Amino acid sequence: MATSFQSALQNLRETKVWKSIFRRGPANTNRTRSLAVFGNLFLHWMPVKVREKSLRVRASYYLGSISFILFVVLFVTGILLMFYYHPAAPNAYRDMKDLQFVVSNGVFLRNLHRLAAHLMVFAVFWHMFHVFYRGGYKPPHEFNWVVGVVLLLVTLFLSYTGYLLPWDQLAFWAVTVGTNIISAMPFIGSKIRFLLLGGNIVGENALLRFYVLHVVILPLVAFLLIGVHFWRVQKDGGLTVKPKDEDGKE
Amino acid sequence: MSDANSLSPAEMLPSAAAAKEVTRRDFLNEVTLGALGVAGLGSVAVTYQYFSPNVLFEPSTTFRAGNPDLCPVHSVTFLQDRQVYIVRMREGFYAVSAVCTHLGCITQWKPDSDMIACPCHGSKFKPDGIKIEGPAPRPLPHFAISLTPDGELLINKLEIIKLSQVLKV
Repeated sequence: MATSFQSALQNLRETKVWKSIFRRGPANTNRTRSLAVFGNLFLHWMPVKVREKSLRVRASYYLGSISFILFVVLFVTGILLMFYYHPAAPNAYRDMKDLQFVVSNGVFLRNLHRLAAHLMVFAVFWHMFHVFYRGGYKPPHEFNWVVGVVLLLVTLFLSYTGYLLPWDQLAFWAVTVGTNIISAMPFIGSKIRFLLLGGNIVGENALLRFYVLHVVILPLVAFLLIGVHFWRVQKDGGLTVKPKDEDGKE
Repeated sequence: MSDANSLSPAEMLPSAAAAKEVTRRDFLNEVTLGALGVAGLGSVAVTYQYFSPNVLFEPSTTFRAGNPDLCPVHSVTFLQDRQVYIVRMREGFYAVSAVCTHLGCITQWKPDSDMIACPCHGSKFKPDGIKIEGPAPRPLPHFAISLTPDGELLINKLEIIKLSQVLKV
């Protein structure tokens, strides 16, 4: 069984199609394994080698990975929710209620999206604290720390713009209060509020603007910055490992 | 500059000439960057215009508020759709904004305690909009109020008037 599977795989690797996609032979040496990582768009920003110490739970508590997995969950559930949601009054509130009570498994998806969003804010903050107390912001990681801070802000903006979309009383007053905080900014505050809401009150324009920010602009920015963030982790020499961990004593 | 001045003219000439010379490449680079800068600023301006709506589907800021005789003396009437209180005291009428000056929540008239209170963060105001307690930073503004030729109250929310101005009917 195993040998027939292996020979089938071997035959597959000999085919012209496989060779045109992967270009390299089997990854059976360190060099060819490295080349397999470098030559793959989806893997090329990953390390070809990882120190065992940086894989220990204590090294990172996998907080960055958890944040990313939550982002992927939010991405997938968000796209699914978009199939039933109209970003217009009064549809928005009814669609949200339909998702809860009418659409098959809608309440599961909505709650998955909602809870993953709460958890992501929590995980991103925890990740930041962990990196801070580990000294992970120190050279050569300064630039990646700044990228991370921007990612924290993007996470919060995503959370805030998503908060308006159910179009209920909580959403309405949260955004009324929040955008009034923006208008306290000197000189340009009320202009920014007007642009953000597309008017003077939280109305149809505000709902549509927050929707576009939530489903297009902010996710694109987050995706781009996550790419830079991951790539820089490797370029800056991997995770920060405590000297104690290096000794292996802890 | 002082360094250049200390040199003899003969020493200065070649380097000054080299510094002044603008190559075709430099010139084209500057012209291109300048043109891109102008186009960039222009696109920021038109994008700003695009995102500022010219027509708003919001409640009108000038509106009629009915016959003044409908409000008894010593009364506060809340117009929910307009977010305005029509207050009638012995000295006359005034229109007080119902939007809290703290963070924009809609306040409520409490007849039992004779004050306007905000449900969000606990600001309290007298019926004429004067602040009793925070966190609101300012009193509730008064809007311009007048009578139409046929004797109805007319309120203009774009015009803020002094607290001392009242409409006598």
